[in-house]
Parts: sequence; C-alpha cells; structure tokens
Amino acid sequence: MLGESRLAEIAQRVLREAKADQTEVMVSGNDSHLTRFAVNTIHQNVSETDVTVRVRSILGRKTGVASGNELALDTLHRLVRSAETAAGFQEENPESGSLPGPAPAQKVDAYIERTADYAPAERAHGVEKILKMSRKNGLDAAGAFSTEALETYIANSRGVSAYHRGTVASIVTVIMGRDSSGYASAASIDVDDLDPEAMGRIAVEKALSSKNPTPIEPGEYTVILEEAAVGDMLFFLGWMGLGALSVQEGRSFMNDKFGQRITGENVTIWDDGSDPRGLPLPFDFEGVPKQRVTLIENGVAKNVVYDTFTAGREKGKASTGHSLPAPNTAGPIPLNLFMAPGTASKEEMLASTKRGIWVTRFHYTNILHPVQTILTGMTRDGTYLIENGKIVRPLRNLRFTQSILEAFSNIESLGKDLVLLKDEWNSLGTCAPAAKIRNFRFTGTTD
Amino acid sequence: MRDYTHRALNQAQAKGATYADIRIVRRETQTLEVKNGVVQTLSLGDTYGFGIRVVADGAWGFASSHRLESGEIDRVASLAVAIAKASALSKSADVDLGPAERHEDTYKTPMKIDPFEVSLEKKIDYLLRADKEARSVKGVRVVEGTLGFERNHKVFASTEGSYIEQTLTESGAGIVVMAVSEGEMQQRSYPNSFGRHQGTGGYEFIETWDLPGNARRVAEEAVALLSAPQCPSGVTSIILDGPQLGLQVHESCGHPIELDRVFGTEAAYAGTSFLTPEKYRNFRYGSDIVNIVSDAVTPGGLGTYGYDDEGVPAQTTDIVKNGQFVGYLTSRETASQLRKIRPEAPARSNAAMRADGWNRIPIIRMNNVSLMPGPWTLDDLIADTDDGIYMITNKSWSIDDKRLNFQFGTELAYEIKKGKLGRIVKNATYTGMTPKFWAGCDAICNKDHWHVWGTPNCGKGQPGQVAHTGHGAAPARFRDVQVGVMKG
Ligand SMILES: [Zn+2]
Repeated sequence: MLGESRLAEIAQRVLREAKADQTEVMVSGNDSHLTRFAVNTIHQNVSETDVTVRVRSILGRKTGVASGNELALDTLHRLVRSAETAAGFQEENPESGSLPGPAPAQKVDAYIERTADYAPAERAHGVEKILKMSRKNGLDAAGAFSTEALETYIANSRGVSAYHRGTVASIVTVIMGRDSSGYASAASIDVDDLDPEAMGRIAVEKALSSKNPTPIEPGEYTVILEEAAVGDMLFFLGWMGLGALSVQEGRSFMNDKFGQRITGENVTIWDDGSDPRGLPLPFDFEGVPKQRVTLIENGVAKNVVYDTFTAGREKGKASTGHSLPAPNTAGPIPLNLFMAPGTASKEEMLASTKRGIWVTRFHYTNILHPVQTILTGMTRDGTYLIENGKIVRPLRNLRFTQSILEAFSNIESLGKDLVLLKDEWNSLGTCAPAAKIRNFRFTGTTD
Repeated sequence: MRDYTHRALNQAQAKGATYADIRIVRRETQTLEVKNGVVQTLSLGDTYGFGIRVVADGAWGFASSHRLESGEIDRVASLAVAIAKASALSKSADVDLGPAERHEDTYKTPMKIDPFEVSLEKKIDYLLRADKEARSVKGVRVVEGTLGFERNHKVFASTEGSYIEQTLTESGAGIVVMAVSEGEMQQRSYPNSFGRHQGTGGYEFIETWDLPGNARRVAEEAVALLSAPQCPSGVTSIILDGPQLGLQVHESCGHPIELDRVFGTEAAYAGTSFLTPEKYRNFRYGSDIVNIVSDAVTPGGLGTYGYDDEGVPAQTTDIVKNGQFVGYLTSRETASQLRKIRPEAPARSNAAMRADGWNRIPIIRMNNVSLMPGPWTLDDLIADTDDGIYMITNKSWSIDDKRLNFQFGTELAYEIKKGKLGRIVKNATYTGMTPKFWAGCDAICNKDHWHVWGTPNCGKGQPGQVAHTGHGAAPARFRDVQVGVMKG
C-alpha cells in the first residue's frame, strides 16, 4: 500500500495535467493475500499488489473515462489525454450534470495493522486448525482464508478529496463427507476476530449430521434460514430495486409503493457505509459522503439511494453517496446493507417449529423476475427436516423459487445476532440476522 | 522482456523453486455503452503486470505485482517461494506436473479489421443507430447497447525452457431492450443476453452481427411480451435456440468436466461435479446423437487461443461421443492425477488452464465447449413437433453445486402446436436433472444454424476470476421436460 500522501500526489498530478472542464480521479490500491485449501490440503496460495488510477473527464456535457495501473508521470499524462480524447468523441448527454463539490466525510477507522501484516505462514496455521479437525473426522475440507488491505483516494477539480483505508479478513470453509457437507464463514476488519477452530467445529458438525440425506416432496414449508441465506436475499433486493435509477426507469418493486407496506412489520432495512459492524466505506466512488439511508422501515417502503446523476433528475434530491464508478448503466446501489435483528435465538426458532426445513445457506441464487422479486436457487451444506422442535433428519438439497418480498412478509421471527457476510467478489459486506419464515416455496430437489 | 523473465525464473530457483513460470500480461479494454440515445460509458482500460507461479517443497506459491522492475521482480519471486513453503505445511503429496512442456512460439488472433484502430465515432454511431431503431417502437422504456473490445498481450516463460508470446483480440456487441407496464417488466436481448455476444477477432465481428438491423425486431418482441400470457406449466417437448443451448452446455457439461472441480479443489465456492472419475469412459451422459467437443482452435470462438497459461498448445478433445462421457478439461497437474487412477487417460494436459490477468493464477477454464450440429433445419424441427415450447435467449440460470439440478428462464418463448409456432408466452422456465435432460435430446439442427456463442462472464475461483468462453450450438429438441414453475 502506498499511503494517503502518495495517492494524493498521484491524484494531484492527474488534476494538474487535466485540461477538461471538470476532472475526477480515483486512485485505489490493494495488497491482497489468499490461502485456498481443498481435500485437506493448501492447493492455492496467492498474493497481489496493485494500484489503479481512473480518470473521468468532462467536456461540456460529454464524459470520457480511462484507467490504468502504471504510475510513471508520462503514463499518467497519457491516461489524462485518453480520458479527454474519449470525452471529445462523445455525443452530448443532455442530462449530464456537474461533478459533486466538496463535503466533509466521516472518517472511519477500519484499518487494522495486524490484518494488513498477516503472514502466509500465519494463514497456513489457521487453515491447518480446520484441516486437522476435518482429517480427524474422515472428512474433506475446502475453503479460503484471505487477508487484504485496501485504500482509495478520490479527488476532483471542484475540490473534493477523500481518503479511506481498510482491512478485511475472511474465512470460508465447506467440509464434505461422501454424501454430506457443512459450511461456516466469518469476516471482520480484524483478523484476530476470526476463530478458525470454531468455524471448523461448526462445519464438521454439519458435515457429520447431514450424512445419508433423504429427499422430501417439494412444496411450501416453514423455514429457518441461517444468516447467509437471508443475506443472499438482502443483497439481491438491493441490486434489483433499492437504487434510484431502477425506480426512475420503472423497473423497481419500490415503484408506486413509497409510504406503503411491502413486507411484514418486523422488517427494517437500511444502508450505512460508516458502521464498523459491516465493511465500511464512508464515501462513494464520486467522493460523496455516504448517508445512512432507511430503505424499508417496519415494513413500509421509505427511500432508495441516489448518486449525483439520479439526484439531479429529481427536484430537491441530493446524492446520498451511493454512486458506483460513474458514469454507469446500473445506477446507484446500496453496498452496505443492514437488516434489523429480532430477539430470537436460532435454538428458540427451532424449538417453536412444529414442522419445517432448516437451511444453512443458498447456492447459485439468481433473479427470475425483478419486479416481483422472485429468486431461484438451491440449498447447500446442511439442509434438515424439523419436526416438533427438533432436527430429525438431513434432506437432499432443494430448489426454491420464491418472491423475497413475499418471504419478508411471512417472517415469524428474526435472529438476535447480526452477522457480517462478505461478498465473494469484492470487499463489501451485508449484515443480516437469521429468520424463521412461513410458507417458503420449494420447487424441486436434487440427488 | 527476456531479461525480466530470466531474472524472475533465476531468482525463484535461487530461492528454492523446483519449477517456476512467469506471465507478463498487458490487457487493454475499450467499452462503449449507449443508453436511451445517450452515450453513458466510453471507457478505456489498461492494466499491466506480472505473476510468478512456483513449486517449492512440493507445493504451489504465487505472487504478482503491477510494477515490472528488477527489484520488484526479485521481491515477488522470493515471496512466491515463501508462500509455496507455507503451503507445504499442509501438503498431502508433492505437485506432479507430468511430462515437461517446452515451446517457443508466437500466436496472434487472426482478424480482418483491428478494432482498436476503428474510430470511436464510428462505434458510437453504430450503437446510436441501433438505439434509435429500438426506441422507435412504442412501449419501450430502456435501451442499452454495448460494444466491448479487449486485447491481451501475454508473455509466458518457464524453467522448462518455454517462451511464448501471444496477442489475443476480442470483439463483442449487444443490445437489450426493456419494456415496462404496471408491475411487469420484460426484456429482449440480441444477439445474446447479459451484456453482449463476443468472439475472438476484429471489428468484422461487430459488422456481421448487425445490431441496427435487429434492434427494432427485438424491441417489438419485448413490448409484445408485456401482454403475453404466462408460459403454461407441465411436462412437454422444448426446442432451445442456440444462445440458450450454449448456456445449457456451459452449465451442465462445461463446468462438471473441469477436472479441478471433479477433484474437489473448487468445492468451497463453485462446488464439485457429478462426473466423478469412475464415470470417465463409463457413463451415458446423453442420447446417442449428443456429441460435445472441447477445443481452443475454432476460428472466432471466444475460447480460442494458441497456448493456455501453462504454455500447453491449444487442441481439440472429445468430451461426449455418441452420448458417452469420454473426456475432461485438464491442467498439467490434474491430468497426471487422473492418470494415476485411470491409466487410460492421456498423460498430457489438453490446455484448459487460463488466468484472468497477470494477478491471478491459472485455473481450469472452458475454452470452446460445443454441441456438434445434427441434420435438421429449424423449420423441419418445428414442423416435426406436435406440442411444445420454443425457448429463446437466456434470462435466468441456476444450477446445483454438482451440476445436476438446473433451472433456466428465457426471455422469449413460443408455443408449438401441431408443428406450427403459436402464441408468444412470457416468463418461460424449464428445469431438470442433467443426464435425464440430455437423454431426452432427440434432434439437433444442422451446421447452418450453428454458431459459437460467446460467454464473457463465467465466474470461478477464489479470489474470483472471470473467464471468456465459447459454446458452439444449433437449436435442438428435448423431450419430456418440466416447464414453467413460476407463479403469477
Ligand atoms: Zn460459468
């Protein structure tokens, strides 16, 4: 990692060289390390150092973007020229507005030295704790242990300058038997918060208890969804319709529903880029401070998130700090989602269930109908039948086809713990509780 | 460049590596997006760096950096060896790469028109013309058109004496039209969904697929879908169009034949495979007419290259022959692993190892995994179908972690009644189990209908890697398929 002053220097060099009407520069760096294991062995172990410079040039109502990862002065200058050339070729965008001006962002301390400096041998020792338990029980462990330091500096010619650095540590493991498997995952900004031994224990226990699964007739069941499964639904909800562009284009489930009840009263969902329980990023990719935005409150559709472009299209709206790298066709997206927890423990949910299905997590979830919020996907790594308050037997994995809003209207109780779920593809996380849901729809089963 | 590769390989060996390779990669990209008549994105990308992969103490290590300088090469090579030694703490056996691979060669994607030489104005004009055609249709809400170009310049060198230079060029294009009414949204894409259709080659690819000439038709289809009835539920015959069938091959054949998945090394994220080693050359995958081939040599295919990222020459492999499962996609290490338990398997890799850029390690990726054409014309096939659904262009996909239970949704579908295409239906889905589904394949269209469809968005690995794969397919018919499970 190069540090704030070096990133600022790169950004200022770009801005000094710029000849466009307005210029934005984003410099982001990462040192990422990941130890991957499978079949009780470390089989991939990787490290990466990179810095990306992204320049957005605005000429009148035209925008061009160029990015590169070479830092020599002449290369940076070429990058600026590329962005300006691209802008020059553009058609005018009548809706394109100004870059945002400066606003003070909250500083969030999300950088833990220990995580950034974690050594390959330390990761290997952590992994070995999981592998040992797996071997002892005649199972096969797979997974990944990653530690990462990231930094971002965003500046523009109107005076915006924002810097954030953070660390992320995460462990995911799937431990498998011949016909069974178990799962555990954890993420934190602090690597010392992770307990590989405890995770190994959970995944081993599931792999042992899900042996000899039997099929069950698809249909509607009461389910207890662990946090990972709820987080999956939350993520898709954000992506499908909690950004302003999807509403402006009439393709959001929030359209014509503001102020109305769209889920059960026990559902409250918000986005907060500064809450250290998540993976904080206190400003967006235009350098605008992230506001805490209440999206659904006690079941009522409240707000969606905005970037500068979508806010400019509506009277009296300001960016809430949820831009992706602009311009883009996806629009603003809430990337730090939280769902309010309830008061129940998972044991209490289980004890109160006469007949139902316990779901550890989903696999390969995908959107079938965005306006109706219908998802499909499989259960994975620990699916069990519940009868009379007890887990009675493991089940073959099931396919679900279910509207999220309908499921969130049928929540009987929510877990008391909020769990951070890191996305596999980036350093963002969703915080979700477990949930007990009535009439959850399973439409198929697998071998 | 050879100074750098020598230095890296020497440094790795000096630190204790028994094998090392280095890849130096520059990736240039150009992306243009037009949305509702406005150019939304015009972005140029350039990323450059190197990755060093080593075996030390019998285990793997990999490190990478964006700074190609002598001091940094030394640091990264030493780090890769240190990481390998940490990996060795939990190894069960030493890495066995099989027979050595030594090649000195260069490869360039053949093309007529270098897409990076075509002016941005011309490209924007092309997208704007398509956009205008689509938006001339009443009821259209959103139109997004995309052109994407990518060039990878790669140098590969290994301690076995290989030095390979490749320049791979890709061109892609796509348009998606969304129509919206109260509580309903429908979309149509051309030539393929999820961004664009892509191939290796130059700007001639863009001209062949003619977005402006097809935009109005797909826009009309999107609007027609808004008032179309729901696809009926039941068990029936389906005909899949080329792009949907390409994705069906990708998900239900391409992924389960990746030998790293089979051996469990992708278990935690992507999952494993039902095509376990005892099924190799000993399992009926589909009906007699099902022939699936993996190759990295079909001109224009998105999975076409000269050498993979382990420096193994591109080749063709039978995967399913007359319905029988006969081949995997392999790496050097997994090929020798398979041979230990199935001695009839080839000793050498079939060149399926690819990395998503300089900062990722190669993993097994599909190249062009294709269903070979049959004898039918599409008209005859429809005429031969008494009752069924013709499904067009993928909208949604999901498949379990062993690649058995799948569910796909398509953008557009037509009922087939008594050999004729009937009314349009919306929200069509079908679901099934892989071997049973392919056993029901009873007719495949001929080579005039066959294209290699590009999938530029296949995700795998930790950290995540995106691969560009190709899938040759012509429309085909499947019997006794469960259709339409969606409510509403
Ligand atoms: Zn894929």
